[in-house]
Amino acid sequence: MAEGELKLLGMWASPFVIRVRMMLEEKGLSYEYIEQDVFNKSELLLKHNPTYKKVPVLIHGDRDICESLVILEYIDENWSGIGAPVLPETPYERAIARFWAAYIEDKLLLSFIGILRATTEEAKAEKIAETHTILEMLEGAFKKCSTGKGFFGGDSIGYLDVTLGSYLTWIKAAERISGAKLLDETKMPLLVEWGKRFLAVDCAKKSLPSVERLEKHARGLQVTIWKVVSAN
Amino acid sequence: MASEKGIKLLDFWVSPFGQRARIALAEKGVEYEHKEENLLAEKSELLLKSNPVHKKIPVLIHDGKPVCESLIIVQYIDEVWPDKAPLLPSDPYQRAQARFWADFVDKKVFECGGRLWKLKGEEQEAAKKEMIEILQILEAQLGDKKYFGGDTFGFVDVAFVPLTSWFYSCETCANFSVEAVAPKIVLWVQRCMERESVAKTLSDPKKVYEYVRFLKKRFRIE
Repeated sequence: MAEGELKLLGMWASPFVIRVRMMLEEKGLSYEYIEQDVFNKSELLLKHNPTYKKVPVLIHGDRDICESLVILEYIDENWSGIGAPVLPETPYERAIARFWAAYIEDKLLLSFIGILRATTEEAKAEKIAETHTILEMLEGAFKKCSTGKGFFGGDSIGYLDVTLGSYLTWIKAAERISGAKLLDETKMPLLVEWGKRFLAVDCAKKSLPSVERLEKHARGLQVTIWKVVSAN
Repeated sequence: MASEKGIKLLDFWVSPFGQRARIALAEKGVEYEHKEENLLAEKSELLLKSNPVHKKIPVLIHDGKPVCESLIIVQYIDEVWPDKAPLLPSDPYQRAQARFWADFVDKKVFECGGRLWKLKGEEQEAAKKEMIEILQILEAQLGDKKYFGGDTFGFVDVAFVPLTSWFYSCETCANFSVEAVAPKIVLWVQRCMERESVAKTLSDPKKVYEYVRFLKKRFRIE
């Protein structure tokens, strides 16, 4: 285990940052959180992530670790003796977990943000249907990975739980803004139940921004950055 | 499918992603059945059944259980056969670095390369500028090391080297020279080609270029 303080460069609304915070919390690791202005990037951020200039960045002593899924695996391997493992035990189960994490990364954010960015009812409906398809896939993934237990990681939360869980309040915010039900118990009942269980876990309660705060933030983005709604 | 023993790789001859898996298997000395999919025709039932989510190659089927996505396959191979030719280092931070750079290669090189041979005019120029930047970042990362991982051939090398067969196509279509912008990368490719696993797996760049020209005609890009 490497010596040195832990620092996390983050942004409060970023699901990529949230999942790292959840895992650090879950492992009981203390760290200094440094909020970044992603529109006005600091010297600190540019120094510690020169390749992408993005959050999250985990600074561990003199080491910089970037990309949220890479950070999660680092936490798993560097603090393997502490708490439950982040990734599953067997190579095959790990491959499945990595597969679904990559799927979530590729598809989910773009899809529900697409709902918020849609300028026509037609485009919105298309993105809603797309989000449903993705969540239905993840329902199947949950069935396979959980093996009947409460979380993707089994009895305790793991890699996939935080990867997907970091989007939960964002999805609820998108539901409020669009008026559409995304996590629908008629379409993905297991996932809905998992969501409720996940939101009750300590690390989720501590790291997830509230739906209200995200809704306000997303509505702001709709006006300023995405320009799909005119300013009042 | 579940009870079938052995290792099968569903692949397509020119796919750099399939080649990553083949190099990893060769480095480990693992025997497997290679099944060529004809991606220009209908996808086989086995492929559709093994990768229902993406319907893409490569797929590694190990004792009936499918593993999809090339870098996930390479990590799986490394974890199942850890004793020979380890591809990821043992130190957690070194592993994080390897995963970061393999991911960088994955996100940037193929997609930008694709734009280089598919597009024309201003868009192609923009892609060329981007590709040069990407190559220079990788050149700096390689530095004076023998391989990206240091002295031993590893994960980032496996992730990147199959994509280098496409350099000739990018250079020809977009009129630039990889050697001029990233000479260390070119020497690194030559060093990798001294390895049997790489030499026997990589497509001939001229054959890749023929394939690119075929695709351009087929999709009326020319």
